[in-house]
Amino acid sequence: MASTTPIDTPPAPPVPRPSPRSTGRMGDKIFLGLSRGSGILLLVIMASIAVFLTYRSVLAISKDEGNFLTTFDWNPAGDPPVFGIAVLLFGTVVSSIIAMVIAVPIAVGIALFISHYAPRKLAAPIAYVVDLLAAVPSIVYGIWGALVLVPYLEGLNLWLDQFFGWTYIFEKTEVGVARSLFTVGILLAIMILPIVTSVSREVFLQVPKMNEEAALALGATRWEVIRLSVLPFGRSGIISASMLGLGRALGETMAVATVLSPNFLISLHLLNPGGGTFAQNIAAKFGEADAFGRDALIASGLVLFVLTLLVNGAARLIIARRKEYSGANA
Amino acid sequence: MSHAPTGVMERPTPASPSPKSSLGSRSLPRLAPLGFAAVSIALGVGLSLAAGWESRIQWGMISALLFLAISYVATTVVENQRQAKDRLATSVMWVCFLIAVVPLASLLWTTIVRGAERLDGYFLTHSMAGVLGSEASGGVYHALIGTLEQVGIATVISAPLGLLTAVYLVEYGKGSLAKAVTFFVDVMTGIPSIVAGLFILSIMLIANLEPSGLMGALALTILMIPVVVRSTEEMLKLVPNELREASLALGIPKWRTILKVVLPTAIGGITTGVMLAIARIAGETAPIILLVFGSQLINTNPFEGAQSSLPFYIYEQYKIGEAASYDRAWAAALVLIAFVMILNLVARGIARWKAPKTGR
Repeated sequence: MASTTPIDTPPAPPVPRPSPRSTGRMGDKIFLGLSRGSGILLLVIMASIAVFLTYRSVLAISKDEGNFLTTFDWNPAGDPPVFGIAVLLFGTVVSSIIAMVIAVPIAVGIALFISHYAPRKLAAPIAYVVDLLAAVPSIVYGIWGALVLVPYLEGLNLWLDQFFGWTYIFEKTEVGVARSLFTVGILLAIMILPIVTSVSREVFLQVPKMNEEAALALGATRWEVIRLSVLPFGRSGIISASMLGLGRALGETMAVATVLSPNFLISLHLLNPGGGTFAQNIAAKFGEADAFGRDALIASGLVLFVLTLLVNGAARLIIARRKEYSGANA
Repeated sequence: MSHAPTGVMERPTPASPSPKSSLGSRSLPRLAPLGFAAVSIALGVGLSLAAGWESRIQWGMISALLFLAISYVATTVVENQRQAKDRLATSVMWVCFLIAVVPLASLLWTTIVRGAERLDGYFLTHSMAGVLGSEASGGVYHALIGTLEQVGIATVISAPLGLLTAVYLVEYGKGSLAKAVTFFVDVMTGIPSIVAGLFILSIMLIANLEPSGLMGALALTILMIPVVVRSTEEMLKLVPNELREASLALGIPKWRTILKVVLPTAIGGITTGVMLAIARIAGETAPIILLVFGSQLINTNPFEGAQSSLPFYIYEQYKIGEAASYDRAWAAALVLIAFVMILNLVARGIARWKAPKTGR
């Protein structure tokens, strides 16, 4: 259970449960059956997602002439069919990591800003706007990223290349528009900001007032209050919020599909256009795929599914460890 | 850079009544951050112009860094290091906030301005039948119908399912089944939309089904159920236990208590949750690409044949890559955002209006 409320442990005196037989009325039975049934149905759906995806993936991978994990190519229609997820895994992980590195500190900053710094009157509207922004559809972020952000980032790319080219990852060896994994990372960061912000904000607001007031009473400045009482209390919340954001970033399809100009090469030159992610590859290759090609795409989707499952499961376990916090209503 | 802090420092500051800075220790005037900001922006712009950098983003970043440095140094000199750190942290929070606001404001602004160019009655009431990508004609009607039908079907399936599951978790749920359901609902919220699409696709491949609006709606259902469950669960937990106990004490069976007392009390929040869930799935593109296929024509039958949908339409128009199709994409994006935002605003309005009276 993510949280324990009075309802989970029914108060003993008023709720009469003298014997299980007294709930033997038809209505109760039917209602309990219906509600338990829909709960079970959810589990069945989750299980069948795993089963069906695995089944189709096995069909595809068994005919793959390349190594599914290490091949740098996606050609299921070829003879022999060759496809592998190495590039997609790399692109997905790298773009998500870039997004996390940018988004998490900023999101925590905004959350602290809303909970502790903003003028009282501004805090509520800002929180409201942040929540609204979480609702902007990803395809809109996508076309904004492709048509507005990409041209804007050219200057930044040149600058990074000029001054940080020696770091290798910021060396731009190919001339071309900024349709790179780096740009995708920035766009993903913008997209996951609202969710990471709102979950961390929830945690920061739950810090016991006593702790903060105790720190203030000892003469702490506002920053020291945050460092000594807010951040330690909110650490697991921040971690799980970031992992929820990471889950979003890993599975994001449309924003990547519109911005990235994909290829099947692994390059650590992050500013060069190219690379690919699981979701982007599925959306891009689906139109031209035949039945077998679809199975191949399903196989790559299975990997994505497992990846997000691990990340989200871990995030939820971290949240569940702290019983009093139930801020998972993302 | 150095003249700014000294200028501030020389000014005596007895007039700023700050309760924390006590007993005659010097402190900066309250409006000092504004001064720092002005100086750092001027310096940032000046430096960038001198170096010949073009990107405004860089200008902003340099100004922000200068701002942090100036206020830190000034506060260290005038006050002390602890106060300087505090001020640095405050500035960082503000900068974070501003950094985040810029792209988000730009997104909304661009969508509204570019979308309004093309959005009119004609655009809303015509389909793309017989319109070439480069022609400045056509509209979004077929996509609107598709979105409304697919989202409608998804809601009809997932609202009752989600509601019942939430009732089970809150009112009946104990033991390992409830724990498992809670955990997997949480995990399910994180399923990427494209994976939900692939799941339905694999069923379609096995059962030899044709793409249709219904298939898309089924994928949307998978995305919608966990959202409904989570929000309904939170709302049901807010219903005070006294209400349940009062009803049960009168000898009313549990199911009637739930139907007549618990659900009506929480109905505002539940409606809000469902509407927010609708707003979330209305913008999903990936499952539609896989399962509904898209069409230029009006197809009002969601159970047969390809359909379009708003997000899919935006993607399709973007991919055509002509000026006219970009215009259509922005206009459709504006329609979609307006739809989602109105749903959100109404939902939150309902939430505020019908908020359950928690025990005081």
